[in-house]
Amino acid sequence: MAKTQNNKAWLFVLPVLVLVAFSAVIPLMTVVNYAFNDTFGNNQFFWNGLGWFEEMVRSERLHDALGRQIVFTVIILAIEVPLGIFIALCMPKRGFLASLCLVLMALPLLIPFNVVGTIWQIFCRIDIGLLGRAMSALGVDYNYTSDAFDAWVTLIVMDVWHWTSLVALLCYAGLQSIPSAYYQAARIDQANRWDIFRYIELPKMSGVLLIAILLRFIDSFMIYTEPFVVTGGGPGNSTTFLSIDLVKMAIGQFDLGPAAAFSLMYFLVILLISWVFYSVMVARDAGEEG
Amino acid sequence: MAQITLSNLAHTYVPGGAHESDFALKTLNHVWEEGGAYALLGPSGCGKTTLLNIISGLIMPSHGRVLFDGVDVTALPAEKRDIAQVFQFPVVYDTMTVRENLAFPLKNRGLAMPDIQARVALIAEMIGLESVLDQRARGLTADAKQKISLARGMVRESVNAILFDEPLTVIDPQLKWELRTQLKSLHREFGHTMIYVTHDQVEALTFADTVVMMHEGRVLQMGTPESLFETPAHTFVGHFIGSPGMNFFDAQIEGCDAMIYGQRIPLGRRYKSLSGRTQVGIRPEYIQFTKEGGLPAVIKHIEDVGRRRIVHAEVAESLVKVSVPDGYSFDTTMDRIRFNPDKINIFVDGWRTEGEAL
Repeated sequence: MAKTQNNKAWLFVLPVLVLVAFSAVIPLMTVVNYAFNDTFGNNQFFWNGLGWFEEMVRSERLHDALGRQIVFTVIILAIEVPLGIFIALCMPKRGFLASLCLVLMALPLLIPFNVVGTIWQIFCRIDIGLLGRAMSALGVDYNYTSDAFDAWVTLIVMDVWHWTSLVALLCYAGLQSIPSAYYQAARIDQANRWDIFRYIELPKMSGVLLIAILLRFIDSFMIYTEPFVVTGGGPGNSTTFLSIDLVKMAIGQFDLGPAAAFSLMYFLVILLISWVFYSVMVARDAGEEG
Repeated sequence: MAQITLSNLAHTYVPGGAHESDFALKTLNHVWEEGGAYALLGPSGCGKTTLLNIISGLIMPSHGRVLFDGVDVTALPAEKRDIAQVFQFPVVYDTMTVRENLAFPLKNRGLAMPDIQARVALIAEMIGLESVLDQRARGLTADAKQKISLARGMVRESVNAILFDEPLTVIDPQLKWELRTQLKSLHREFGHTMIYVTHDQVEALTFADTVVMMHEGRVLQMGTPESLFETPAHTFVGHFIGSPGMNFFDAQIEGCDAMIYGQRIPLGRRYKSLSGRTQVGIRPEYIQFTKEGGLPAVIKHIEDVGRRRIVHAEVAESLVKVSVPDGYSFDTTMDRIRFNPDKINIFVDGWRTEGEAL
């Protein structure tokens, strides 16, 4: 069998290769370059091997930021996933109210991240913010600029406000796809509300729910803009999450070597966890088809 | 088990709908006898599923009442009616095993564990699910899932009725036949009142003792499969039942003769003067080719449908179908068709009219 050879075909791939090279490969390789080299200026680089990686792995500062990051992500997932499911279950299934709910739910998702940050930054200020003033008037000792706990609460509430809609909308789509015969059969089988949720609704929306959790995990694990605008990582370092710490290190201190090593490891962690999610989803779908 | 009475029942999905065309189900009075095997037969959109859902309580009728053994249950929701229902598409609880699926309705009704196990084992054996009892329902084929749905419908011993809503639509033809036989024997064994909705006449005629034929929200006829075949109450029934359906000719009826295209056709009964559109209906099975008498016919083509042949012929400007046995030898001199007088039905404005015996 003679294979048709036509090397001109490579020309068609070229534009994509160029695009990907400039948008992803070259920037990434620059970071890799920084991660393995050291420099004393003048654009002269010295091979540093795994030096920066070792330094970063041992860095207390990075450990703290990672710890805060994990706690933050776990908290917002623990709040947004159940709350999103609950809201999806409560939303009307059809009619004008359903459309209204969808629009209202979608609104927070349409606001640019730094605008969300600014809204909450002002909303919570104790001198001019509505919430901040109200809290003070009620005698609650609340000040997100000086109290670490208050700063955390503010960021978590903001994230829940911003992103619960995403979980709710995805779950709602999953729920809407359940044929009414399932609910009718459940009534005839005398299933209670909890059984309907556990044996019909949850299994049927588990696919979209996994996607929602994955998206919320990635986004929250990389969160930067909103806390940067609201607290700037403070008070102290109490809300300095991984991305904020990374930017401080790379641009604030201009420690490009360690920052590059840090960002590579950061990237790999997210890639690893996303891959785990992906494998679970694929295995689940394979099980579905039987 | 219960006798189910529908009293002046009607249903419209249009809120406040009063015009006849608003009604998905037109006024109907009917009694489903305890332990009967019924089929609700009709084309898609004729209201049969609406009627079924009213009986099971999934839909509250807009007019009339539903009684179980004389007790008004119209306002009772489905979960309180003690009814089992099997739906058109498989409804299984994905994350449960097949065994748990079958046990679920029993568990919810608080049966003791040994009773549940015994019952599940019995039904699984009858439906043919034993080999997959401990598998998860999620990974099974559509056939197996629908078997689970059927089994879950059958598993409760004391139900007022078991309702089937076109349950074999998604099943392979071979298995279809098997399951239908299975359902029939389950009916004989347990004697539940069963109502089976279908648009497939073969399913209806083989499953049921009594077939209820519906069209456009109205019950046209209720009777044994035989009576639907021999004496359809309406031209639609004649048309729908049988393959192919009944042949119809516009005719003038004069006593015990019918005039069709100027030819005199003898009838088996005598009719008083009829007004309105009168039609003669005759099944393809009751027409013979003959040399003289009857109507002149031109054979157009012959269709082989297995054990019989369907002859498509032309009589004046209308088409007629004649069913002849396989191996029938055609004779070109037999160019006329004769109707069996006893098998002729006369319809006035669509409805069958009964003549007097000669």
